[in-house]
Amino acid sequence: MEHRLREPFTKENVKDFKAGDSVLITGTIYTARDAAHKRLTELIENGENLPFALEDSIIYYVGPTPAKPGKPIGSAGPTTSYRMDAYAPKMLDLGQLAMIGKGQRSAEVKDAVVRNGAVYMAAIGGAAALIAGSIVSSEVIAFDDLGAEAVRKLYVEDFPVTVVIDSEGNDLYELGREKYLKSQAK
Amino acid sequence: MREINVKLIENKIAELCIKANYHLGEDVRGCIKNMAAEENWPVARNVLAGIEENICIAEEGEFPLCQDTGMACVFLEIGQDVHLTGGLLEDAVNEGVRRGYEEGFLRKSIVSDPLRRVNTGDNTPAYIHSEIVSGDKVKITVAPKGFGSENMSRIKMLPPSAGEEGVKDFVVETVEAAGANPCPPIVVGVGIGGTFDKAALMAKKALLVPADVVNPDEYYADMEKELLDRINELGIGPQGFGGRTTALAVNIITAPTHIAGLPVAVNINCHVSRHIEAVI
Repeated sequence: MEHRLREPFTKENVKDFKAGDSVLITGTIYTARDAAHKRLTELIENGENLPFALEDSIIYYVGPTPAKPGKPIGSAGPTTSYRMDAYAPKMLDLGQLAMIGKGQRSAEVKDAVVRNGAVYMAAIGGAAALIAGSIVSSEVIAFDDLGAEAVRKLYVEDFPVTVVIDSEGNDLYELGREKYLKSQAK
Repeated sequence: MREINVKLIENKIAELCIKANYHLGEDVRGCIKNMAAEENWPVARNVLAGIEENICIAEEGEFPLCQDTGMACVFLEIGQDVHLTGGLLEDAVNEGVRRGYEEGFLRKSIVSDPLRRVNTGDNTPAYIHSEIVSGDKVKITVAPKGFGSENMSRIKMLPPSAGEEGVKDFVVETVEAAGANPCPPIVVGVGIGGTFDKAALMAKKALLVPADVVNPDEYYADMEKELLDRINELGIGPQGFGGRTTALAVNIITAPTHIAGLPVAVNINCHVSRHIEAVI
Protein backbone atom coordinates (compact mmCIF):
# COMPACT_ATOMS: atom_id res chain seq x y z
CA MET A 1 0.00 0.00 0.00
CA GLU A 2 1.15 3.56 -0.65
CA HIS A 3 0.72 6.51 1.68
CA ARG A 4 1.46 10.20 1.61
CA LEU A 5 2.59 11.67 4.89
CA ARG A 6 2.27 15.46 5.09
CA GLU A 7 2.60 18.07 7.81
CA PRO A 8 1.37 18.39 10.45
CA PHE A 9 2.70 14.93 11.31
CA THR A 10 0.68 13.16 14.00
CA LYS A 11 0.40 9.68 15.44
CA GLU A 12 -3.04 9.51 13.87
CA ASN A 13 -1.37 9.84 10.41
CA VAL A 14 0.83 6.79 10.89
CA LYS A 15 -1.40 4.42 12.80
CA ASP A 16 -2.53 2.61 9.66
CA PHE A 17 0.96 2.22 8.22
CA LYS A 18 1.85 -1.46 7.85
CA ALA A 19 5.28 -3.03 7.52
CA GLY A 20 6.09 -3.13 3.80
CA ASP A 21 3.99 -0.08 2.86
CA SER A 22 5.57 2.69 0.76
CA VAL A 23 5.40 6.23 2.12
CA LEU A 24 6.18 9.57 0.49
CA ILE A 25 6.94 12.22 3.10
CA THR A 26 6.52 15.94 2.52
CA GLY A 27 7.45 18.39 5.26
CA THR A 28 10.08 19.21 7.85
CA ILE A 29 12.23 16.44 9.28
CA TYR A 30 15.42 16.53 11.38
CA THR A 31 18.72 14.74 10.98
CA ALA A 32 20.64 13.12 13.83
CA ARG A 33 23.04 10.21 13.99
CA ASP A 34 25.42 8.79 16.58
CA ALA A 35 27.12 11.85 18.08
CA ALA A 36 23.99 14.03 17.87
CA HIS A 37 21.91 11.37 19.63
CA LYS A 38 24.45 11.26 22.42
CA ARG A 39 24.19 15.03 22.85
CA LEU A 40 20.40 15.13 22.55
CA THR A 41 20.16 12.49 25.26
CA GLU A 42 22.51 14.47 27.50
CA LEU A 43 20.34 17.57 27.02
CA ILE A 44 17.26 15.54 27.97
CA GLU A 45 18.99 14.15 31.06
CA ASN A 46 20.02 17.64 32.14
CA GLY A 47 16.51 18.97 31.61
CA GLU A 48 17.67 21.40 28.92
CA ASN A 49 15.85 22.43 25.74
CA LEU A 50 16.39 20.45 22.56
CA PRO A 51 17.19 22.19 19.26
CA PHE A 52 13.81 21.06 17.92
CA ALA A 53 10.55 19.85 19.45
CA LEU A 54 10.66 16.09 19.86
CA GLU A 55 6.87 15.77 19.97
CA ASP A 56 5.64 14.31 16.65
CA SER A 57 9.04 14.79 15.06
CA ILE A 58 10.55 12.65 12.33
CA ILE A 59 14.27 11.98 12.77
CA TYR A 60 16.36 10.86 9.81
CA TYR A 61 19.57 9.00 10.67
CA VAL A 62 21.93 10.56 8.14
CA GLY A 63 25.26 12.33 7.82
CA PRO A 64 25.18 13.97 4.38
CA THR A 65 28.11 14.86 2.16
CA PRO A 66 28.85 18.60 1.78
CA ALA A 67 26.52 20.46 -0.60
CA LYS A 68 27.98 21.46 -3.95
CA PRO A 69 27.41 25.10 -4.93
CA GLY A 70 23.77 25.70 -5.81
CA LYS A 71 22.55 22.48 -4.17
CA PRO A 72 20.68 22.35 -0.85
CA ILE A 73 22.58 19.27 0.34
CA GLY A 74 24.99 16.60 -0.83
CA SER A 75 24.27 12.87 -0.96
CA ALA A 76 22.05 11.89 1.92
CA GLY A 77 21.20 8.22 2.34
CA PRO A 78 20.36 6.51 5.64
CA THR A 79 22.96 5.25 8.08
CA THR A 80 22.58 1.95 9.99
CA SER A 81 19.97 2.42 12.70
CA TYR A 82 21.00 -0.06 15.43
CA ARG A 83 23.66 2.36 16.63
CA MET A 84 20.81 4.62 17.77
CA ASP A 85 19.05 1.77 19.63
CA ALA A 86 20.56 2.86 22.94
CA TYR A 87 18.89 6.29 22.62
CA ALA A 88 15.72 5.67 20.61
CA PRO A 89 13.32 4.21 23.23
CA LYS A 90 13.69 7.23 25.50
CA MET A 91 13.13 9.64 22.61
CA LEU A 92 10.07 7.72 21.43
CA ASP A 93 8.69 7.81 24.96
CA LEU A 94 9.09 11.60 24.85
CA GLY A 95 6.90 11.82 21.76
CA GLN A 96 9.13 11.31 18.70
CA LEU A 97 6.88 10.12 15.91
CA ALA A 98 9.15 8.38 13.45
CA MET A 99 12.67 7.20 12.73
CA ILE A 100 14.14 6.85 9.26
CA GLY A 101 17.24 4.73 8.80
CA LYS A 102 18.10 1.24 7.62
CA GLY A 103 18.69 -2.12 9.24
CA GLN A 104 17.42 -4.15 12.16
CA ARG A 105 16.35 -2.67 15.52
CA SER A 106 16.49 -4.10 19.03
CA ALA A 107 13.53 -5.58 20.88
CA GLU A 108 13.58 -2.49 23.14
CA VAL A 109 13.13 -0.17 20.15
CA LYS A 110 10.35 -2.35 18.76
CA ASP A 111 8.55 -2.29 22.11
CA ALA A 112 8.89 1.49 22.25
CA VAL A 113 7.43 1.83 18.74
CA VAL A 114 4.39 -0.24 19.73
CA ARG A 115 4.01 1.41 23.15
CA ASN A 116 3.97 4.87 21.58
CA GLY A 117 2.17 4.24 18.30
CA ALA A 118 5.31 5.37 16.46
CA VAL A 119 6.86 4.03 13.26
CA TYR A 120 10.29 2.99 11.95
CA MET A 121 10.86 3.47 8.23
CA ALA A 122 13.78 2.73 5.92
CA ALA A 123 15.20 4.64 2.99
CA ILE A 124 17.30 2.75 0.43
CA GLY A 125 20.79 2.44 1.90
CA GLY A 126 23.43 3.43 -0.61
CA ALA A 127 20.98 5.27 -2.87
CA ALA A 128 22.14 8.57 -1.44
CA ALA A 129 22.34 10.53 -4.69
CA LEU A 130 18.81 9.49 -5.61
CA ILE A 131 17.46 10.39 -2.15
CA ALA A 132 19.12 13.83 -2.23
CA GLY A 133 16.73 14.72 -5.05
CA SER A 134 13.78 14.85 -2.66
CA ILE A 135 15.46 17.20 -0.17
CA VAL A 136 14.46 20.79 -0.94
CA SER A 137 16.33 22.64 1.79
CA SER A 138 18.78 21.99 4.59
CA GLU A 139 19.91 24.10 7.51
CA VAL A 140 22.22 23.21 10.40
CA ILE A 141 20.36 24.03 13.62
CA ALA A 142 22.64 22.49 16.26
CA PHE A 143 26.04 20.94 16.98
CA ASP A 144 27.75 22.53 13.98
CA ASP A 145 31.10 21.33 15.36
CA LEU A 146 30.06 17.76 14.55
CA GLY A 147 30.33 18.41 10.80
CA ALA A 148 28.40 15.71 8.94
CA GLU A 149 26.89 14.66 12.27
CA ALA A 150 25.34 18.07 13.05
CA VAL A 151 21.57 18.32 13.50
CA ARG A 152 19.93 19.61 10.33
CA LYS A 153 16.42 20.79 9.63
CA LEU A 154 15.41 19.43 6.23
CA TYR A 155 12.40 20.22 4.11
CA VAL A 156 11.61 17.18 2.02
CA GLU A 157 9.17 16.63 -0.81
CA ASP A 158 7.89 13.16 -1.67
CA PHE A 159 10.77 11.64 0.26
CA PRO A 160 10.48 7.87 -0.41
CA VAL A 161 10.62 5.39 2.48
CA THR A 162 9.32 1.92 3.32
CA VAL A 163 7.64 1.04 6.62
CA VAL A 164 9.80 -1.50 8.47
CA ILE A 165 8.35 -1.62 12.01
CA ASP A 166 4.71 -0.60 12.34
CA SER A 167 2.72 0.33 15.44
CA GLU A 168 1.70 -3.29 15.90
CA GLY A 169 5.31 -4.44 16.01
CA ASN A 170 5.38 -6.13 12.60
CA ASP A 171 8.91 -6.14 11.16
CA LEU A 172 9.44 -6.07 7.41
CA TYR A 173 12.91 -7.61 7.74
CA GLU A 174 11.28 -10.76 9.16
CA LEU A 175 8.06 -10.71 7.14
CA GLY A 176 9.61 -9.85 3.76
CA ARG A 177 12.15 -12.64 4.02
CA GLU A 178 9.54 -15.18 5.18
CA LYS A 179 7.16 -14.24 2.39
CA TYR A 180 9.87 -14.52 -0.26
CA LEU A 181 11.12 -17.88 1.01
CA LYS A 182 7.58 -19.24 1.19
CA SER A 183 6.97 -18.17 -2.44
CA GLN A 184 10.09 -19.99 -3.57
CA ALA A 185 9.20 -23.19 -1.70
CA LYS A 186 6.01 -23.65 -3.71
CA MET B 1 66.37 2.79 -10.69
CA ARG B 2 63.43 5.03 -11.61
CA GLU B 3 62.74 8.20 -9.69
CA ILE B 4 59.12 9.03 -8.90
CA ASN B 5 58.19 12.23 -7.11
CA VAL B 6 55.61 11.54 -4.41
CA LYS B 7 53.70 14.58 -5.66
CA LEU B 8 52.61 12.41 -8.61
CA ILE B 9 51.24 9.87 -6.16
CA GLU B 10 49.47 12.62 -4.19
CA ASN B 11 47.80 14.01 -7.32
CA LYS B 12 46.71 10.57 -8.48
CA ILE B 13 45.24 9.67 -5.10
CA ALA B 14 43.24 12.93 -4.98
CA GLU B 15 41.84 12.12 -8.42
CA LEU B 16 41.06 8.49 -7.54
CA CYS B 17 39.25 9.42 -4.29
CA ILE B 18 36.85 11.58 -6.29
CA LYS B 19 36.42 9.17 -9.18
CA ALA B 20 35.75 6.18 -6.90
CA ASN B 21 32.98 8.03 -5.09
CA TYR B 22 31.10 9.19 -8.17
CA HIS B 23 31.63 6.38 -10.68
CA LEU B 24 30.88 2.81 -9.71
CA GLY B 25 33.15 0.23 -11.37
CA GLU B 26 31.91 -1.72 -14.37
CA ASP B 27 32.41 -4.98 -12.43
CA VAL B 28 29.82 -4.16 -9.77
CA ARG B 29 27.49 -2.45 -12.24
CA GLY B 30 27.54 -5.58 -14.40
CA CYS B 31 26.74 -7.82 -11.43
CA ILE B 32 23.82 -5.60 -10.38
CA LYS B 33 22.45 -5.56 -13.92
CA ASN B 34 22.72 -9.32 -14.36
CA MET B 35 21.22 -10.14 -11.01
CA ALA B 36 18.40 -7.61 -11.44
CA ALA B 37 17.49 -9.38 -14.66
CA GLU B 38 17.24 -12.70 -12.78
CA GLU B 39 15.44 -11.35 -9.71
CA ASN B 40 11.80 -12.48 -9.73
CA TRP B 41 10.61 -10.85 -6.50
CA PRO B 42 8.80 -7.53 -7.21
CA VAL B 43 9.93 -5.71 -4.04
CA ALA B 44 13.52 -6.70 -4.76
CA ARG B 45 13.26 -5.59 -8.38
CA ASN B 46 12.04 -2.17 -7.24
CA VAL B 47 14.96 -1.72 -4.87
CA LEU B 48 17.48 -2.79 -7.52
CA ALA B 49 15.94 -0.32 -9.98
CA GLY B 50 16.45 2.42 -7.38
CA ILE B 51 20.06 1.37 -6.92
CA GLU B 52 20.68 1.45 -10.69
CA GLU B 53 19.08 4.88 -10.92
CA ASN B 54 21.31 6.08 -8.09
CA ILE B 55 24.41 4.95 -10.00
CA CYS B 56 23.30 7.00 -13.02
CA ILE B 57 22.63 10.13 -10.94
CA ALA B 58 26.03 9.90 -9.23
CA GLU B 59 27.67 9.52 -12.62
CA GLU B 60 26.65 13.10 -13.45
CA GLY B 61 29.13 14.30 -10.85
CA GLU B 62 26.91 16.34 -8.52
CA PHE B 63 26.18 13.76 -5.83
CA PRO B 64 28.46 10.96 -4.61
CA LEU B 65 27.08 7.39 -4.84
CA CYS B 66 26.70 7.15 -1.07
CA GLN B 67 26.83 9.73 1.72
CA ASP B 68 29.31 7.45 3.47
CA THR B 69 32.25 8.26 1.25
CA GLY B 70 34.24 6.01 3.47
CA MET B 71 37.55 5.64 5.15
CA ALA B 72 40.11 6.04 2.36
CA CYS B 73 41.83 2.66 2.14
CA VAL B 74 44.92 3.06 -0.01
CA PHE B 75 46.94 0.09 -1.24
CA LEU B 76 50.35 0.68 -2.77
CA GLU B 77 52.44 -1.83 -4.66
CA ILE B 78 55.85 -0.24 -5.01
CA GLY B 79 58.35 -1.68 -7.45
CA GLN B 80 61.71 -2.28 -5.78
CA ASP B 81 63.45 -0.40 -8.59
CA VAL B 82 61.59 2.79 -7.69
CA HIS B 83 63.24 5.61 -5.76
CA LEU B 84 60.61 7.89 -4.22
CA THR B 85 61.61 11.55 -4.04
CA GLY B 86 60.09 14.86 -2.99
CA GLY B 87 58.99 13.98 0.54
CA LEU B 88 57.49 11.24 2.66
CA LEU B 89 55.19 8.77 0.95
CA GLU B 90 52.78 8.67 3.89
CA ASP B 91 52.43 12.46 3.86
CA ALA B 92 51.80 12.44 0.12
CA VAL B 93 49.06 9.81 0.45
CA ASN B 94 47.34 11.74 3.23
CA GLU B 95 47.63 15.00 1.31
CA GLY B 96 46.05 13.30 -1.71
CA VAL B 97 43.18 12.05 0.42
CA ARG B 98 42.75 15.46 2.09
CA ARG B 99 42.58 17.20 -1.29
CA GLY B 100 40.36 14.58 -2.91
CA TYR B 101 37.82 14.69 -0.09
CA GLU B 102 37.80 18.50 -0.08
CA GLU B 103 37.75 19.09 -3.83
CA GLY B 104 35.23 16.30 -4.41
CA PHE B 105 32.75 17.49 -1.73
CA LEU B 106 33.12 14.14 0.01
CA ARG B 107 32.18 13.50 3.61
CA LYS B 108 34.82 13.71 6.33
CA SER B 109 34.19 10.60 8.40
CA ILE B 110 37.36 10.04 10.42
CA VAL B 111 37.74 10.59 14.17
CA SER B 112 41.28 10.96 15.53
CA ASP B 113 40.79 8.59 18.45
CA PRO B 114 38.42 5.62 18.66
CA LEU B 115 37.14 6.53 22.13
CA ARG B 116 37.54 10.30 22.37
CA ARG B 117 36.05 10.70 18.90
CA VAL B 118 36.93 14.11 17.50
CA ASN B 119 36.50 14.43 13.73
CA THR B 120 39.79 15.25 12.01
CA GLY B 121 37.85 17.39 9.52
CA ASP B 122 39.66 16.25 6.38
CA ASN B 123 39.10 12.47 6.27
CA THR B 124 42.73 11.73 7.11
CA PRO B 125 44.58 9.75 8.09
CA ALA B 126 44.04 7.23 5.33
CA TYR B 127 44.40 3.51 5.94
CA ILE B 128 47.62 2.78 4.04
CA HIS B 129 48.91 -0.64 3.12
CA SER B 130 52.08 -0.81 1.09
CA GLU B 131 54.15 -3.67 -0.20
CA ILE B 132 57.33 -3.97 -2.20
CA VAL B 133 57.00 -5.83 -5.49
CA SER B 134 59.22 -6.32 -8.53
CA GLY B 135 59.56 -3.69 -11.25
CA ASP B 136 59.86 0.10 -11.47
CA LYS B 137 56.24 1.18 -11.16
CA VAL B 138 53.86 2.14 -8.39
CA LYS B 139 50.36 0.67 -8.44
CA ILE B 140 47.81 2.59 -6.43
CA THR B 141 44.42 1.21 -5.43
CA VAL B 142 41.96 3.49 -3.65
CA ALA B 143 39.01 1.81 -1.97
CA PRO B 144 36.78 4.16 0.04
CA LYS B 145 35.22 1.84 2.64
CA GLY B 146 31.84 2.52 4.20
CA PHE B 147 31.37 1.42 7.78
CA GLY B 148 27.77 0.22 7.69
CA SER B 149 29.15 -2.86 6.01
CA GLU B 150 32.55 -2.78 7.73
CA ASN B 151 30.74 -3.12 11.08
CA MET B 152 29.14 -6.38 9.93
CA SER B 153 32.51 -8.02 9.16
CA ARG B 154 33.88 -10.82 11.36
CA ILE B 155 36.93 -12.94 11.96
CA LYS B 156 37.26 -16.38 13.56
CA MET B 157 40.17 -18.64 14.38
CA LEU B 158 38.71 -22.03 13.45
CA PRO B 159 40.37 -25.31 14.37
CA PRO B 160 41.73 -27.15 11.30
CA SER B 161 39.15 -29.89 11.93
CA ALA B 162 36.40 -27.40 10.99
CA GLY B 163 37.66 -27.71 7.41
CA GLU B 164 35.92 -26.45 4.32
CA GLU B 165 32.45 -26.85 5.83
CA GLY B 166 33.40 -24.83 8.89
CA VAL B 167 34.72 -22.00 6.73
CA LYS B 168 31.65 -21.96 4.48
CA ASP B 169 29.24 -22.05 7.43
CA PHE B 170 31.06 -19.13 9.07
CA VAL B 171 30.80 -17.03 5.91
CA VAL B 172 27.09 -17.74 5.46
CA GLU B 173 26.35 -17.20 9.18
CA THR B 174 28.14 -13.84 9.04
CA VAL B 175 26.04 -12.69 6.10
CA GLU B 176 22.84 -13.94 7.73
CA ALA B 177 23.61 -12.16 11.01
CA ALA B 178 24.35 -8.96 9.08
CA GLY B 179 20.88 -9.11 7.50
CA ALA B 180 19.67 -5.72 6.30
CA ASN B 181 22.40 -3.71 8.06
CA PRO B 182 25.20 -3.63 5.45
CA CYS B 183 22.90 -2.43 2.60
CA PRO B 184 22.47 -5.62 0.60
CA PRO B 185 23.09 -6.64 -2.12
CA ILE B 186 26.59 -6.98 -0.74
CA VAL B 187 30.00 -8.04 -1.96
CA VAL B 188 31.73 -10.55 0.30
CA GLY B 189 35.51 -10.68 0.71
CA VAL B 190 36.87 -13.80 2.39
CA GLY B 191 40.40 -14.33 3.68
CA ILE B 192 41.38 -17.86 4.66
CA GLY B 193 44.68 -18.87 6.26
CA GLY B 194 47.74 -16.84 7.23
CA THR B 195 47.66 -15.33 10.71
CA PHE B 196 44.93 -13.48 12.61
CA ASP B 197 45.79 -10.13 11.00
CA LYS B 198 46.72 -11.57 7.61
CA ALA B 199 43.29 -13.20 7.27
CA ALA B 200 41.60 -9.83 7.81
CA LEU B 201 43.88 -8.11 5.31
CA MET B 202 43.19 -10.81 2.70
CA ALA B 203 39.46 -10.41 3.25
CA LYS B 204 39.79 -6.68 2.58
CA LYS B 205 41.99 -7.31 -0.47
CA ALA B 206 39.39 -9.77 -1.75
CA LEU B 207 37.05 -6.76 -2.02
CA LEU B 208 39.54 -5.16 -4.42
CA VAL B 209 39.26 -8.09 -6.82
CA PRO B 210 36.81 -7.19 -9.58
CA ALA B 211 33.44 -8.64 -8.56
CA ASP B 212 33.08 -10.43 -11.90
CA VAL B 213 36.46 -12.19 -11.76
CA VAL B 214 36.41 -15.91 -11.01
CA ASN B 215 39.08 -17.37 -8.71
CA PRO B 216 42.00 -18.76 -10.77
CA ASP B 217 42.11 -21.80 -8.44
CA GLU B 218 39.24 -24.09 -9.49
CA TYR B 219 38.78 -25.41 -5.96
CA TYR B 220 38.17 -21.89 -4.64
CA ALA B 221 36.21 -20.87 -7.74
CA ASP B 222 33.74 -23.66 -6.89
CA MET B 223 33.65 -22.52 -3.28
CA GLU B 224 32.92 -18.93 -4.32
CA LYS B 225 30.06 -20.12 -6.47
CA GLU B 226 28.66 -22.39 -3.77
CA LEU B 227 28.86 -19.59 -1.19
CA LEU B 228 27.15 -17.13 -3.50
CA ASP B 229 24.34 -19.63 -4.12
CA ARG B 230 23.93 -20.39 -0.41
CA ILE B 231 23.88 -16.67 0.47
CA ASN B 232 21.32 -15.97 -2.22
CA GLU B 233 19.09 -18.71 -0.85
CA LEU B 234 18.86 -16.94 2.52
CA GLY B 235 16.02 -14.72 1.23
CA ILE B 236 17.35 -11.50 2.79
CA GLY B 237 17.25 -9.71 -0.57
CA PRO B 238 18.05 -6.12 -1.53
CA GLN B 239 17.90 -3.89 1.57
CA GLY B 240 16.68 -6.90 3.57
CA PHE B 241 13.14 -6.52 2.23
CA GLY B 242 13.19 -10.11 0.90
CA GLY B 243 14.35 -11.55 -2.40
CA ARG B 244 17.13 -13.52 -4.03
CA THR B 245 19.74 -10.82 -4.57
CA THR B 246 21.48 -10.71 -1.19
CA ALA B 247 25.05 -10.86 -2.53
CA LEU B 248 26.53 -9.83 -5.87
CA ALA B 249 29.81 -11.69 -5.53
CA VAL B 250 32.02 -13.68 -3.18
CA ASN B 251 35.78 -13.43 -3.60
CA ILE B 252 38.28 -15.56 -1.70
CA ILE B 253 41.99 -14.99 -1.08
CA THR B 254 44.08 -17.57 0.76
CA ALA B 255 47.55 -17.92 2.26
CA PRO B 256 49.63 -20.68 3.83
CA THR B 257 48.92 -21.08 7.54
CA HIS B 258 50.13 -22.91 10.68
CA ILE B 259 49.49 -26.63 11.35
CA ALA B 260 47.33 -25.61 14.32
CA GLY B 261 45.23 -22.97 12.65
CA LEU B 262 42.47 -22.13 10.20
CA PRO B 263 41.86 -18.38 10.40
CA VAL B 264 38.92 -17.07 8.40
CA ALA B 265 37.87 -13.45 7.98
CA VAL B 266 34.80 -12.07 6.24
CA ASN B 267 34.86 -8.45 5.11
CA ILE B 268 31.51 -7.22 3.87
CA ASN B 269 30.98 -4.39 1.41
CA CYS B 270 27.69 -2.84 0.35
CA HIS B 271 26.54 -2.64 -3.28
CA VAL B 272 28.53 0.59 -3.55
CA SER B 273 31.68 -1.54 -3.67
CA ARG B 274 34.26 1.09 -4.62
CA HIS B 275 37.78 0.32 -5.78
CA ILE B 276 39.82 2.01 -8.43
CA GLU B 277 43.39 1.57 -9.63
CA ALA B 278 46.12 3.47 -11.40
CA VAL B 279 49.72 2.68 -12.26
CA ILE B 280 52.46 5.29 -12.26
